[in-house]
Amino acid sequence: MNAPMNYLDGNAAAGELSRVFAVDITSAKGQCANCGAKRRFAEAHLYSHCPGLVARCALCGHVLLRFANVRGRVFLDLSGMTYLRVDAPKQEEAPV
Amino acid sequence: MAGTAVLERVTWRAANVVAVRDETATARTLALAVCDWPGHVAGQHVDVRLTAPDGYSAVRSYSIASAPISDGRIEITVERLPNGEVSPYLTQEVMVGDELELRGPIGGWFVWRRDQTEPIQLLAGGSGIVPLMAMIRSRRSAGSSAPFRLLYSVREPEKVFYRDELRTLSNQGDSVVITYAYTRVTPNDWRRPAGRIDAPLIATGTWPSTLRPTSYVCGPTSFVEHATDLLIAAGHDRERIRTERFGATGERK
Amino acid sequence: MAVISRGFSGRRTPADAKLPPGQYLTTDFPVLSAGPTPHISLDRWELTIDDGSNVLKRWDWKSFRELPSETITTDLHCVTRWSKLGTSWEGVSLDVLLADLKTDLPYAMFRSYGDYTTNLPLKDVMNKQAWIAFKYAGADLEPEHGGPARLLVPHLYLWKSAKWVTGMTLMPHDKPGFWENLGYHIYGDPWQEQRYSNE
Repeated sequence: MNAPMNYLDGNAAAGELSRVFAVDITSAKGQCANCGAKRRFAEAHLYSHCPGLVARCALCGHVLLRFANVRGRVFLDLSGMTYLRVDAPKQEEAPV
Repeated sequence: MAGTAVLERVTWRAANVVAVRDETATARTLALAVCDWPGHVAGQHVDVRLTAPDGYSAVRSYSIASAPISDGRIEITVERLPNGEVSPYLTQEVMVGDELELRGPIGGWFVWRRDQTEPIQLLAGGSGIVPLMAMIRSRRSAGSSAPFRLLYSVREPEKVFYRDELRTLSNQGDSVVITYAYTRVTPNDWRRPAGRIDAPLIATGTWPSTLRPTSYVCGPTSFVEHATDLLIAAGHDRERIRTERFGATGERK
Repeated sequence: MAVISRGFSGRRTPADAKLPPGQYLTTDFPVLSAGPTPHISLDRWELTIDDGSNVLKRWDWKSFRELPSETITTDLHCVTRWSKLGTSWEGVSLDVLLADLKTDLPYAMFRSYGDYTTNLPLKDVMNKQAWIAFKYAGADLEPEHGGPARLLVPHLYLWKSAKWVTGMTLMPHDKPGFWENLGYHIYGDPWQEQRYSNE
């Protein structure tokens, strides 16, 4: 079925989430609190056409993360993930 | 006691438009000189913010098209969308000398780093070619010999971005192997009829899964889902497939 | 301070009409959603009213469509700042659905197919202020705009007009729904610009 797929992925949330997270969120691995799937946050289905950002598990659709930027304050709900695993940052390459 | 402050870790920077170059009738590359640009890795994107005089603002994400070169200059390629709010402005209104604001570079998963030596499979749907072109350019500027293949799915020949550069590339030795797929209109004498990518094209036009390549898939969400399903059906490991979805219309928002 | 982009004005059109503060007029009908569009078959659709323990009323699609309906022309105001004026709908008034229902529970949580919820004082959905709408602009309500049926409460921000509505739970106390517990105002009056919570 060729229905328009109205979601993006975790990459599209990285800019807004960089206001709260000190590390890159897209390569972090999260466990869905509903189905237990362990996936990179980059692979989460991201709904951004709404009054905030909503990231859902690609497997079961459960809400993993909700984010709202409200008058300069950020509201963040991470209750949909059992954990978020962040690896030590890679040494960034020096530009040529 | 003050509340916890939102850290402005990735701050908005001013960027000057130093050059514009049309890629197709509807797509344009903007070269930007960015204040205090910290450098980037191929695959990352920037968020561009436009502000009207009354304070109304719009933000859109655009992949960086250029290789990581330390001269404080980056390029983005913008496709004009029929009902877009920002893309018509960036592709038709913006002039050399104009100032934009951008935030970035953003993203740490959908990236190709020059110390990667494994075979790389790139799959582009329409404007999804942009971050993959940054990876191709990064490979070239680093003198890397990592084996690269590109499968570029596009509506029609007139929609191909970076056409001359890609043609030059595929004529060089030790180069990127490029396979085109046209979904609506094909060139004259083109063997494969117009249509979406499919399993036979994956079998002949991409690295076999036995080589355990890392794959990068980018384009509209429906393309990314379809291409990923085909790669997995062809035996590729899900963890070795990295994806970046643009909106159904191609705009990253 | 933001860099002003020469010649940029966005997708707005000049407004002569009176709009709530901070809103701009749009001529299209943006689709906003926190999740995938549900596709509900009419033979499984149902609308229920419960009090948290007992189902008080239930309609299937057939019995719902047998209820008296009315056409409404109204303005929509989204918290993301767009307003669309003069939209026409057909729906069943909440006054019809709540008729003969005796309750002293003053609040309601509306539930949608999917996991969306939104809370309202019960008095805000009575007295010709709210409908369960099943037609928009003369045609069946499309799934992306909330079809087969959505709540329509135009005097509050549009996030309160829950798409794909499937029921309401009556509550003794007000409890925040999906956006209300992520920084958005518990009530949401656009004319007082109640976009965000005060915490």
